[in-house]
This record gives sequence, C-alpha cells and structure tokens, in this order.
Amino acid sequence: MKQGRLAACVASIAALAMLSACGGGGFSEGNAEVNDADDLTSDASKPMTVMIWSSSDAEDNAVKDAVAAWAKKSGHKTSVVVSSDIGQQLSQGFASGSPADVFYLSPELVAGYASNGSLLAYGDLLKDKDDYYSNILQSFTYNGKLYGAPKDVSTLQLVINTDMWQEAGLTDADYPTSWDDLERVAQKLTTSDHVGLTMSGEFARIGVFMEQAGGGLVSDDGTKAIANSEGSIAGLAEVKKMLNNGSAKFADDLNAGWGGEAFGLGKAAMSIEGNWLTGSMKKDYPNINYKFVPLPEGPSGKKTLLFTNAWGIAADSPNQKDSLNLVEYLTSKDTVMSFSEAFGVMPAKKSLTDEWKQRYPDLTPFADALDYAVGVPNNKDISTVISDFNSQVGSLKDGDVKAILDKTQKNLEAIVK
Amino acid sequence: MAKVTRRSSRERPNTSIRRTSETVSGWLFCLPIIIILGLFLFVPIVMALWVSFSDWSGRGNPFFGNVHFVGLDNYKQVLVSPGLSQSDFGTAMRNNLWYTLLVIPLQTMLSLALAVMLNRKILKARGFFRTAFYFPSVTSSVAITVLWMFLFSSTGSVNAVLSWFGVKGPNWFNDPRGIIQVILGWFGVKQGPATLTQHGFLGITWWDWLAGPSIAMFAIILMAIFTTSGTFMLMFITALQAIGNDTEESAIMDGANAWQRFWKITLPQLKPTIFAVIILGVVSTWQVFDQIYTGTKGDPAKTTITPAFLSYSAAFQNQKWGQGAAISFILFVVIIVMSAVVRFVLRERTMSKRQRAYYDKMKEEARAMTKTKALPASIREHATVTDRETI
Repeated sequence: MKQGRLAACVASIAALAMLSACGGGGFSEGNAEVNDADDLTSDASKPMTVMIWSSSDAEDNAVKDAVAAWAKKSGHKTSVVVSSDIGQQLSQGFASGSPADVFYLSPELVAGYASNGSLLAYGDLLKDKDDYYSNILQSFTYNGKLYGAPKDVSTLQLVINTDMWQEAGLTDADYPTSWDDLERVAQKLTTSDHVGLTMSGEFARIGVFMEQAGGGLVSDDGTKAIANSEGSIAGLAEVKKMLNNGSAKFADDLNAGWGGEAFGLGKAAMSIEGNWLTGSMKKDYPNINYKFVPLPEGPSGKKTLLFTNAWGIAADSPNQKDSLNLVEYLTSKDTVMSFSEAFGVMPAKKSLTDEWKQRYPDLTPFADALDYAVGVPNNKDISTVISDFNSQVGSLKDGDVKAILDKTQKNLEAIVK
Repeated sequence: MAKVTRRSSRERPNTSIRRTSETVSGWLFCLPIIIILGLFLFVPIVMALWVSFSDWSGRGNPFFGNVHFVGLDNYKQVLVSPGLSQSDFGTAMRNNLWYTLLVIPLQTMLSLALAVMLNRKILKARGFFRTAFYFPSVTSSVAITVLWMFLFSSTGSVNAVLSWFGVKGPNWFNDPRGIIQVILGWFGVKQGPATLTQHGFLGITWWDWLAGPSIAMFAIILMAIFTTSGTFMLMFITALQAIGNDTEESAIMDGANAWQRFWKITLPQLKPTIFAVIILGVVSTWQVFDQIYTGTKGDPAKTTITPAFLSYSAAFQNQKWGQGAAISFILFVVIIVMSAVVRFVLRERTMSKRQRAYYDKMKEEARAMTKTKALPASIREHATVTDRETI
C-alpha cells in the first residue's frame, strides 16, 4: 500500500514536471547567428510585441505612434508594452521562449543576453551601420558582434547656473577649460547657500575625470583592466580634492537624488549632467537659468562619457525579418527626429547630427562630444563591479583613492579576460 | 479519546468492502490541491534546485538543451571563492543578520505589550485601537515604503521632530555608517583592532560584520516593526483571551501583584504563541525583499542588500541564474537552522531532580486525597491523565 502510494506520488510529480516544462512556448531555440537576411525567421502569423521602458508619457506616446505607423504601413499587428522593470520582463521572456520581438536594450544587459544566445546579432544586416558613431556601436558589441541599432545617445557636459555665475562675478571668458580652471570657478561659486559643483557619486559621472586623465575602468578595446592605472588615480584624486576643499559635494550629501535635482534646487552652481537634464529643468525647475558648456579638458585632453540605448531583437522571435524592418523604420531619419522633438533625445547617426545641432543650438556641446566620448564598459558581469565601485565612492571624501581603485582593479581582473 | 479508538477498531472489519472506493474518492478530493501545489510549489522548487547545480544561463528550459551539471560551483562562488560574489553575499548576510536580530525581539515585545494593554477590560475604545494598530499590517508594503521614504528623508517629518529636541537627524536613507561603529566613533574608536580588520568571514572583515545595521537599514528595521507588530498583536490577543480568568483570579487570591501575575501566570501560558510569533518572524525577516526592491535597491553602499534581493539581482540583472538559485537555497538552510535554534531555546525544559521529587510528593498527596474523598471515577481518571500529560 505504502509503496503504491509512493509510486503514485512520483508518477504524478513526474507528469506535472513534464506538463509544466512543456507549457509556454515549446522552447524551440532560435538561431542567434545570422549571416544574411535569408537566415531570418519570418513567421508573420503572430502579432509582434515591442517592449520599452519609458521616462515620460511623451516617450510612451511617441514610440506607440511610430510603431502604429509602421504597423499600418506594413500591415502587421503590433503591440507596445511599457515595462517598469524591463530586465526582469525580458529575462522572463527569454526563459520561457516567447520574448518580446523588439525591445529597448541597454548596454549593461548586452553581454548577459548575448552570451546566453537570447539576442539576435543583426548588426551586419543594418543598411546604414556605418552611419553610426563607432564609439556608440562599441556599447552594443560583444565578442566582435553588434547586437543592436542605437536608438539615441546622450553625453555628459557641464551645466552652469547663469545667475550664480554672474553673482560670483564670472563672465563668458571664465568657462573652465582645464581642471585648474574648474577648481578655481568652483571655489568662487561656493557660498554658504550652495556649493560650486555637484554630481552623483557614481562611475557614470566621476568616470569623466578618470577618462580625462587617461584612465578609466577598462581599456578602450575592453581587454585590459586599468582601474588602478595612473590616470584613474589622478582622476579620482581630483574629485577627492574638490570634495575635500568644500567646492564640490555629491548629490546625496546635498540631500538630492541625483546631480540634476541638486542643481535644479539651487544647491549647486554647476553640475555634470547629460542632455536629458533639459526635460526635467523645464518640468520641475522652470525658474532656474542655466547654460551648457563643454567639460574642461583633463591632463590627457578632451573626454566625456556617453550613454545610449539600442533596439534589440530576440533570437527567439518568430518574425526576425519584420522585426529588423521595424527597427530600421524606428531608426530612420524621420522617426528619430520626431523622437528628438517629442522627448529630447539626440540621434546616434552622423548624418543627423548637423540637423539636430541646428534645431537645438543650446545643446551643441553634447553633439560635439560625440567625436571624443566613450561609453561605459559593457564587459560581462561588469555591472556588479561598477556598483561595488559606486558603493565605495560614496565615502570618497574620507576614503583612500588607491585602496578603492585597487579593490576595483582586483574585481575587474576577475571578469576581464 | 479512548472510547473513540475503541469504537473505530470495532467497526473496521465491517467496512473493509467500502474501503477501496473510499480511497479513490479520498484521492479524488485531494487531487486538485495536489496538482495545484505540485505545479506551483513542488515543480518550481525542484527546478530551482536543479538550476542551482547547473550552468543554465537564462534562456529556454533548464531541463533540456545545452544545460550542464556543474556540481557545487554556484555554491562555491557564493560561499568560498574570494571575489565580488562572495563579498556581496557576505554583506547581504551581515545586513540581514542585524535586521533579524533587531526586528524579532522588538516586534515580539511590542506586539505583546500592545496585546496586553488592549486586552484590559477597563480600556475604552478598544476596537478603535485594535484597528489602528492592525492597520499597517493590511496596508501594502509598497505604500508604506514610499511613506517611509518621505518620513525619513533628510528634510522629512522624523528629522523635523528630532530638531525640536535639538538633535540633527541623519540623512537616513543615504547614510551607510553602521550604528555600532557610529556609537564607537563617539568614544573615539574610528578604526577597528587589527585582529578584526585583518580577518573576516565570507569576504568581509569581522570589523564590518560588527558594524551593526547602517542608519538606512535601521530605518527599514523600524518600518518592519511598524508593519508587522499589528499582526502579531492580534495573535497575542487571541491567545490572551483563550487563557481565561481563573488562573489570574487564583493568583490574585494568593497575593501576586500585577507584574508577578504577568511573568509567572500569563507569560508561561503564552509560550506556544510566542514560539509561533518568533518562528514567523525568523521566516519573514530572512525573506525581506519588497521594501528593498521598492525602496533602496541595496543603497547606500550596499548596506541594505539582503540575500533575497541579491538572489533576484544575480539572476535577473546579471544573468547568473545558478548563483541566484544557490543563494535562495542557502537562505532556505539558514531559515531552517534558525528555526531549529528557536525551537531548542524555547523547548520544554526537563525538570531538575529536586523539582521532580517535589512534584512527585505533591502528586502522592493529591492521590491520597482523591482516594479518601472517593471522588467519582470519571474525575479520577481525568486527573491521572492530566498528570501524565504534564510530565
């Protein structure tokens, strides 16, 4: 009796396991390697899903409109899903074998998804691949293959509160062009009410100084850890110097969530931020007068960081061919310029830069930076290293520059091969 | 009890014919829940266990395709091999251990105190207070987390109240300093002794283990106590009402004061409830996730990372599914071990020789009394049964 019951249990569990294992999508693994367009899947029977995350309603609507326009033109059924945690939702899709067809892809997700074969490496099939800035493409390249068409790009520059600038007796001739200049104006701009410079205490801002001194986290080709190189040390030491003399403070220490908030609240006269700042200045802090100027040059010249997102296509998409079509439509001149107008993003294509600069003359420093900006490294597992670096940088003021970078170097060496 | 058993054993031979159909219908009745539990509980657990021993990378079914058994590799990455995975896990364990050590005693004491107060008949508007204290427990933890972020912001209400007393409140959710290290700092201890800073466990030094919860974590600890005390208060109230008044009254007759009555009469009778509350506390405090996910995301400086959150971020953000699953199984073991420890600490103590001798003597006396007074047989039987049970 007892044995029979046990056998029944085992049998039913095994049956359940099979049942649950086979449910949901059948797990046919699509091919991530493609050499020409004929290898793409093209089953147009199912509606296509586009998954995005969104900074604003304007972005939601602009993307929905664009996708709807394409659907009308091509005769497909499409739906746009706005996700609040796209990493989780994409992972679920990839695990179950039925992911969204086309989706926003951020550089830090590329290595993980590319290495497990979830992403379609369609870069070589893009007609206008050469039109993109190569430093932007770098962010979506993993093991020599391009996994996404950049949809937009942002760079970091210096933003100045013009009223505070004038109060401190500074003029247009005083825009800093070197670290020494920056220190000097930051000192001048520091009063009892506000500090000279603020930024978030994280690699995505401080990295600018490390890069400008010839350092960084990983060499440009992504094969060597350089976190405790002389340049990196000099860059981080410069930030520490300004924190220690009181002319700069991290946004956290000004009780703000990020540099832009501290700047908008008038707690700092300068900040290092990207072109996304215009949106929140207009919406949240309309009374602040400000101006963007290029970041000062470091010991080894001009450098800044760029941030970008791309359109990814799932390897498991039943209709890769039309997904590619959709991506090309979404990265075409008209769509990109309409996105720029709707939610202020900068195009990632060389051919569109001039037109964008003409339309938004105040933002030209951001576009000019595309010639010398570098992306945040996208090696596999690097986001844990960067977040560890960020967790140490918070206490940089009292911390030891060399110790922080040595630890980061050790962590990097474990993942960069 | 005894009668029931006797009756059923007498009936057994007559019903043997119907037993097969009974078995079948029994299984049929159980089938829906077996399927539901199996499909949504047992299969996922087996799947996760397999993932924790495999190199599954997050694409397709972990049981098929290009997935390999890698032995204890994922567990080693987290527990033994020096590196970020290990030190992150160590940090998470440190954070959660402090969280558990502070939340469980505080919430148990608070909920017991509230229950005792609300159980007093002289208190007016008991229903109102009961609802008020229970309210946080039925509110969504996301809503409370958002509320907490406002209350504990650097310019929030909590710091405003502190400033009335001349205290400059910290920037709660941005302050990574450990509370014990802050207190030590007041006495001029800024750097730990070399024995603590040079050695460590799970990739972080003993000095860091002893840092205490960060100020950010402390705010989350307060939130946990605020939200869960209501539920446990309700459990204590139920238990208090089940106790009844007779023991209390006889204690009053014996001249025990209120404090003695609470410690010697009420508390011992609440032991099963206290046990339940602490076990539930152990389970829930080791699984803290939503407050971290919606609130701090592990910031500042990783001091609010918990193993449950780390498991999520390892899997979903870094595509290290094996490690994520391994962490959750380590967490499972931790909870089992902690529960066993609680069981051991709160076990029924065996009596000392002196106590036993005293107890036996009392029992003898009681027997002698029952015999002489020739009580009805049923009561006598009942008395002996209770005696046996208490031993």
